[in-house]
Formats: sequence, structure tokens, C-alpha cells
Amino acid sequence: MIELKGISKTFRVAKREAGLGNALRSFFKREYEEVKALQDISFRIDEGEMVGYIGPNGAGKSSTIKIMSGVMSPDSGECIINGRVPWKERTAHVQQIGVVFGQRSQLWWDVPVADSFQLIRDIYRVPEEEYRKTEKQLIDMLDIGEVVKTPARQLSLGQRMRCEIAASLLHRPKILFLDEPTIGLDAVSKIAVRDFIKELNRTRGTTVILTTHDMQDIEALTQRILLIGKGKILLDGTLEELKARRSHYRTVTVDHSGACLPHLEGAEILQDLGGHAQLRLDTDILPVARAIAMISAATEIKDFSVEGESIDDLVVSLYKEFEI
Amino acid sequence: MLYKRYLSMLLKSQLQYKASFVMTAIGQFLVSFTTFLSMYFMFDRFSQVEGFTFSEVLLCFSVVLMAFSFTECFARGFDVFPRLIRTGELDRILVRPRSVVFQVLTSTMEFTRFGRFLQAVLVLCYAIPASGVNWTGDKIITLIAMFLGGCAVFAGLFILYAGFSFFTIDGLEFMNIFTDGSREFGKYPLVIYGEGVLKLLTYVIPIALFQYYPFLYLIGRTENRWMMVLPLVGFVFLLPCYGFFRLGLSRYQSTGS
Repeated sequence: MIELKGISKTFRVAKREAGLGNALRSFFKREYEEVKALQDISFRIDEGEMVGYIGPNGAGKSSTIKIMSGVMSPDSGECIINGRVPWKERTAHVQQIGVVFGQRSQLWWDVPVADSFQLIRDIYRVPEEEYRKTEKQLIDMLDIGEVVKTPARQLSLGQRMRCEIAASLLHRPKILFLDEPTIGLDAVSKIAVRDFIKELNRTRGTTVILTTHDMQDIEALTQRILLIGKGKILLDGTLEELKARRSHYRTVTVDHSGACLPHLEGAEILQDLGGHAQLRLDTDILPVARAIAMISAATEIKDFSVEGESIDDLVVSLYKEFEI
Repeated sequence: MLYKRYLSMLLKSQLQYKASFVMTAIGQFLVSFTTFLSMYFMFDRFSQVEGFTFSEVLLCFSVVLMAFSFTECFARGFDVFPRLIRTGELDRILVRPRSVVFQVLTSTMEFTRFGRFLQAVLVLCYAIPASGVNWTGDKIITLIAMFLGGCAVFAGLFILYAGFSFFTIDGLEFMNIFTDGSREFGKYPLVIYGEGVLKLLTYVIPIALFQYYPFLYLIGRTENRWMMVLPLVGFVFLLPCYGFFRLGLSRYQSTGS
């Protein structure tokens, strides 16, 4: 179980204006700016949960992950994971977690991936028999039987990411932190990674905490979402709750014969080009049926479709709503 | 054993680029060979420096070079520590259940330094008979202690260097005075630089402990048998260096940068 209470963290960032003169000045006298990376962050994640941790760049996602994985200590607040304070009992804590930093590799570049796996086995002191079982399972599930015989530098990004994930699970951690695991992957690899994470959570009950900018990851994987912005937790709830917040919005696509659509109260015209238009309706002001009636009064409708907001739009509007 | 596994892994990695490996090793050999040559020509002219003969000084030179290249090979992780911070490799180290020092040591090794090491060994092989030292058991022990103490002090300096990189990236160049500088200074018996420098290199950066004093015992200028074990004090030097490194590390963990 993961529990954070009132975690705060402030960074001191050296600041200086551009230009040689300022560079020289800062050599002698540094000016610092205080950046509040995390402010009073509290949440609780139970065993076996899959949580999506989202927020724009620089919101404090990585800082939180660093604190939870024991790399960084906060200025104040409590963080207890499976009964331990991560940065105080680092070695005992990290034995139980797996971390995948999407943009950095943990595999040794010039040797076959299988060699890296064996080294990781020794680092985590995994008993031989258990290791053999786990390795085989992971290799089967991620379909990397051939891949692991190749040096990491010769792998495609998708292959490498699957190996990275396998590498961070060889010691059967109870908690897995995934920092942008699908970044830069092609569609097939993305789906393979997602399916695997789902399967892992289902069969082993591994707690998964996932940061991502890919909303399809969130939709496919997580039930619960934590939204962070400017160092604060803004929202903690299920995907459904999130959707419900903006359920009165509909995206309407219209193919029509007219030149352009009339302006309607409660509808935002997203685009209207050559008889193909997209509108966002606020159904509290303008119900769909009335909108159709008003549009067809002004122009001839050829085709028509109504959708809920896509999850990407949802997040954009959330960011807007919280001004982050 | 885990260390051995790391060792073979790193060796395998570096041998992937055979030509580069061989060239670098030869380069390392040649660089220190020019140092050797410059010493040769100097002694060719002056025959003695402060009363030390060429082959005596070569004993000094080879032990210091051996210790330095050995340490540079195996403590390379501390030597390139700023890189580990910059690339985020240190974060990876911190999420693994092993000691940080052990993981830094095993993060990289520079086997090409054996070119330099080999050079030192060859020079030593020449100097051992040529120096005219009567090689009794205690002289051999002294020589070994000099090498070990040298490794400890150089390792300490590298760890200190790594510790500094937690606080500043820009100002690191000055640390090279201590690491590379010590190696260069260590070519000659330290007394030739004068009393002040000798004091500095005894009490502040304790190079003289494994170089000058035991060296005097080796060539029979002093009969004080304590000089035999003096180099091992170099291991005590590791403690403050390690302490400083830990200080830097805890600062890193609290600032995250």
C-alpha cells in the first residue's frame, strides 16, 4: 500500500538572463528562484490498483515518482510504502519496486539482453529457480524470445521497451512505476505493452503507477486517475467520474450543403470547411435535438453524427479548467 | 560473485570495439612512454636529482604510475561521475538494492588503462635490479605497501572529485590538479619540490605517505621500519573522502539535482 500525506518539495533553480554579461555576473553572484515542485500532495493507492498519473510537463509527476522510488526525499510530509519510508530504507524498499524510465535504458548497451537479465538477477539476489520461471514467463508474455539474444543497441524502440519492462520485473516487484512506457512506440508495440501490463496486474496483482501523455494508455489501463498540475493534486477519481464531469458536452459532426453554419447559442464551432463542420455542444444550454432542428432550418443536412468528447479533449479541457 | 559478473560484462562490452580498444591501450602506453623518455633525457644530462639516481627515481615513477593506472581502471566510475549524474544513471543506481559505492565502481571500468599499467610494470622490472636495492623481505613488503597505499589515496581523490560534482559542475577542472597533478608530481621523489610542497603532500593530500617516505626506506636512506607500513595510512584517507561523497549524495537526494 502506498500512502502520501502532505508531501511538499521546493527546488532552488539558478536563474540568469541570456547573454554573456549576465553569464559572467552569475558566475560571481548567483540568483536563485524557488520553484514549488510539489505542494501538499496526498493520496493513497491500495495493493493491486492501476493508477494513471497525468498532468502537463513540469507538473510534478517525475518528482512524485522520484520520491516514491526513494531517489529523492521531500522537504516535508510523509510517504509510506508497504510500511517503509522509501528514502530512509532505500535498499529494502527498492527490492520491492520496479521502475521503468521510458526515456532511459537500464540495459547494457553492447551485450545481449539476456546477459543484462542475468546481471539484474544477481543484483536483486533472485534465487535461480524462481528467476528461470519468471524469465520464461516474461519472455513468453512479451514475445521477446529471439530479441533477448541481441545486443540492446541493435533493437528497435518497441523491442527495447519490452525488454526494459521485462528487466524491471525479474525480481517480481509488488509495485511497478512506469514513466511514459509507450513514448515513441508504434501502434503494435503500444498495444503489446498495454496488454502485458493489464495481464501482469490481473495475474500477479502488481500495483501499477503509470505516468503518460498518451490518453489511450489511460483508457486502456487505468481505472483511477490522479491529475496533477503546478505541484498540486487537482483530481482523484475514476475515468468515468472524469467523463461525467463533462458529460454534457457533445461533439457533433455535420455534412451539409450550405456555405457555413449559423451561429448558435451554446455551440462552439470547431471547424467549418466546404460543407464539413464540427461543433462542440454544451447540452445544458443547447440540447442535441434543438441544435439539429436549428441547423436543418438554415441548411440541408447530408450526414450527421454525435459523439461524447474524446479523452484527449477531456484532458485538454481539464487543463484549461484548472488553468495549468 | 556479482563483482566478477560486472567485470566480465564490461570487458565483453569494451571488446565489442576491438580496434578502438587496442588503439586506446597503445595510446595510453605511448603517452606514459613519453613521460619516461623525458625523464631519461633529463637524467642523461644531470645524472642525479637531489642525490637520487635515475634507476632509483624510476622505482618511484613506476609505483606511482602502477597505482594510478590501476585505480583509474577500477575506480573509473568516480572519475566519470558527473556523467552519471547528467545522464540520470545515478537515479537508476538509487533504485537498485545495492550500495551506491559498489554500483558506481561497477558502472564502468577503463580496461585500456592497462596500456599504462603495463608500461609501469616494465619500468619496474628494469628498476628492481638496476636500483641496487638489496631486495630482502621487508623491502618487498614496502614496495607492495606503496602500491596498495597509492591505490587507496588515488581512489580517495577520485571519490573526492565525485563528491565535488554534486555541488558544482563548472568548477570541476580544478580537481584535476589533485588527481592528474598527483600523478605528475609523483614521478619524482616529492622532496625535490621543496619542504613546503612536501608538507602539503603529506598532511593534506597524503601522496608522500606512499611515495617519498617508504621510498627513502626502500633505497636505504632511513632505517625507520615504520616507513614500511606508512603507505597503509592511505586507507585512512578514504574515510573523509567517503564522508564527503555521502554528504554530496544526501544533498543530491534532497535537491534532486
